[in-house]
Amino acid sequence: MRVLVIGVNHKTATVEVREKLAFNGPKLETGVFGLRNIQEVKEVSVLSTCNRVELYTYVNNAPAAVENIKNFLAEFHGLNRPDIEKALFVHQGEDAVRHIFRVSSSLDSMVVGEPQILGQIKDSFDFALSKKSTGVLLNKLMKKAISTAKRVRTETRIAENAVSISFAAVELAKKIFTSLAGRSFMLLGAGEMAELAARHLVNNGVTDVKVVNRTYERGCELASEFNGKAVRFEEFLYELVNTDIIICSTGAPTYVLHREQMQKVMKERKNRPVFIIDISVPRNIDPEINKIDNVYLYDVDNLQDVVDTNIHGRKVEAEKAEKIINEEVEKFLRWMSSLDSVPTIVALRQKAEEIKTEELEKFRCKMPDLEEAEMKAVEYMAGAIINKLIHAPTVALKEDSEDRDELIAMIKKLYGINEEEE
Amino acid sequence: MEIMLFEIALTFYFAAAIVCVLELFKGTRTTSIIMLSLAALGFAFHTSNIIARYVLSGHIPIANLHEASSFFAWCIVFLFFILEYRYKLGLLGSFIMPMVFVFMLSSSMLPRKISAELTPVLQSYWLGIHTFLAFMGDAAFAMAFGIGIMYLLQEHYVKSKHLGGLFQRLPSLQILDEINYRLITIGFPFLTLAIITGALWAQGAWGSYWRWDPKEVWSLITWFIYALVLHVRLIAGWRGKRAAVLSIIGFCAVMFTFFGVNFILKSIHTFP
Repeated sequence: MRVLVIGVNHKTATVEVREKLAFNGPKLETGVFGLRNIQEVKEVSVLSTCNRVELYTYVNNAPAAVENIKNFLAEFHGLNRPDIEKALFVHQGEDAVRHIFRVSSSLDSMVVGEPQILGQIKDSFDFALSKKSTGVLLNKLMKKAISTAKRVRTETRIAENAVSISFAAVELAKKIFTSLAGRSFMLLGAGEMAELAARHLVNNGVTDVKVVNRTYERGCELASEFNGKAVRFEEFLYELVNTDIIICSTGAPTYVLHREQMQKVMKERKNRPVFIIDISVPRNIDPEINKIDNVYLYDVDNLQDVVDTNIHGRKVEAEKAEKIINEEVEKFLRWMSSLDSVPTIVALRQKAEEIKTEELEKFRCKMPDLEEAEMKAVEYMAGAIINKLIHAPTVALKEDSEDRDELIAMIKKLYGINEEEE
Repeated sequence: MEIMLFEIALTFYFAAAIVCVLELFKGTRTTSIIMLSLAALGFAFHTSNIIARYVLSGHIPIANLHEASSFFAWCIVFLFFILEYRYKLGLLGSFIMPMVFVFMLSSSMLPRKISAELTPVLQSYWLGIHTFLAFMGDAAFAMAFGIGIMYLLQEHYVKSKHLGGLFQRLPSLQILDEINYRLITIGFPFLTLAIITGALWAQGAWGSYWRWDPKEVWSLITWFIYALVLHVRLIAGWRGKRAAVLSIIGFCAVMFTFFGVNFILKSIHTFP
């Protein structure tokens, strides 16, 4: 039995691939059930955001599970397996646990430290719980992922990073436009960081909000969140003429805005200044655009540099966070190995033997006149009783059944066997 | 007496300019209050000096280059206080006060004789009107020049993404551009009226409206430059960096009209 993570994220796949593999709306429920029906998959939780689609599973026979899950993904989304093969990453065992912890702690995010991912992990976990697709192991893993994220957040200053980037963007905007009140703003694409920055801008008084998304429905959803209007992707160029601030995060593999297009826009705008923030990786806006007068283009690295000159020791904080994650991974693995049936059987027997010895000692004190032979008989009887009592649980533990993990947990609870944990 | 007032004003302006330059390196609320107080004191003594000269001579004291330069500085400080009160721009003083001090210093080095008897040509009500209009216009252009330099500096920070130095304390690009534009829209009508009143005065004094005198020519060149600034802004949307550069070029023309023509070219406008 192993923890297995299969998925795509902004590091392995373009937005087109991620979108195709996304489990959104009703797809999430059918997807979770479909995955749960794969023979090797014992537990599953699905995380589907704009930057990542990741399946967190607990499986037996990992190689077969990987095969079947990949086939399922292709079939479920109506894709050819070779098309998605390249984009999919697979982590197993310790690596998988570490990956999940890094994701929840926002160390794996496009902008390290952005806060939304933790909420998304919680939501995906709640969904899995409500559909009963997870069991003892993933439940524990998810709880640990959340508590690790919280530890990272409180014990390091990683979380400040994303906030500082949004803050830097707002500060810059104020040095270009004086005040953001009444400025028009376009969110081109979506994404955790982009939405965070957008929220910061809106909080600072940006009023005229336009949301552009390749999927118009998603655009509408976001637009209502910002009290803005949705604009179709094909039409965003026309809207640029009346846009002062643009945050771009489409995740497209190429530029969506070229220098010549922007030059035309600037001419129409009568050169009123434009501030563009390109958060996308790879970049979506031609860097040459920065050379046009009155256009100020910043990408995420530029903003990061701005933040870095303000906050020293970001690297130190990242190292601290990785250290916390290593500690938590180790703890979790220790817990996992305690789940194995052998140590549980040993512990169960040990517990029974302890009770036997204790009770025999008490008995001997109460009846000091007993003959040696009689005492032997009592001891024999006590041994027989505990053997009979733990026989059935031992057999059950040795069986390789579907719900063994739950059984182990239950036996530990019933017999008061303490887990080797904090 | 009036010389004393001038020297005191010059000293205060000097102190203000020093504080302004120091402010570039390390500015706090206190330094800017000190700078403003020094400038205000300088301005008070400067105003008294101009009034004293008016009383002593019995005419508007813009009759020689010393007076003209001093009055020019006075107009700039006057506008500076208006802008400071209206917009409270950070670091504006650092770009304006040194300029004021330079005008005052050059004024102090020029002959300060109070001419009780004006040449007949200057004995006209046009003297006050024409020179006042011209210097108010030039002062607005001087402010636009300072603001333009601030714009280019800030633009450089934002564009090159090196947000150190004065980035935090310089005002926003938009406000600098807006004030630059506003100053030119103020300066331009003053300059236009100055040229018109000059022509009327010339008609009265010399018998012709326009004589292609170097000062007139350079005033016209300056006028065309600022007309161009306004034109391309309204028509082609030349704002921001280009507008800032043009306003700097425009002010170079202003300076040449004011000093260059006096010292280099021969003109009937040359101050005695």
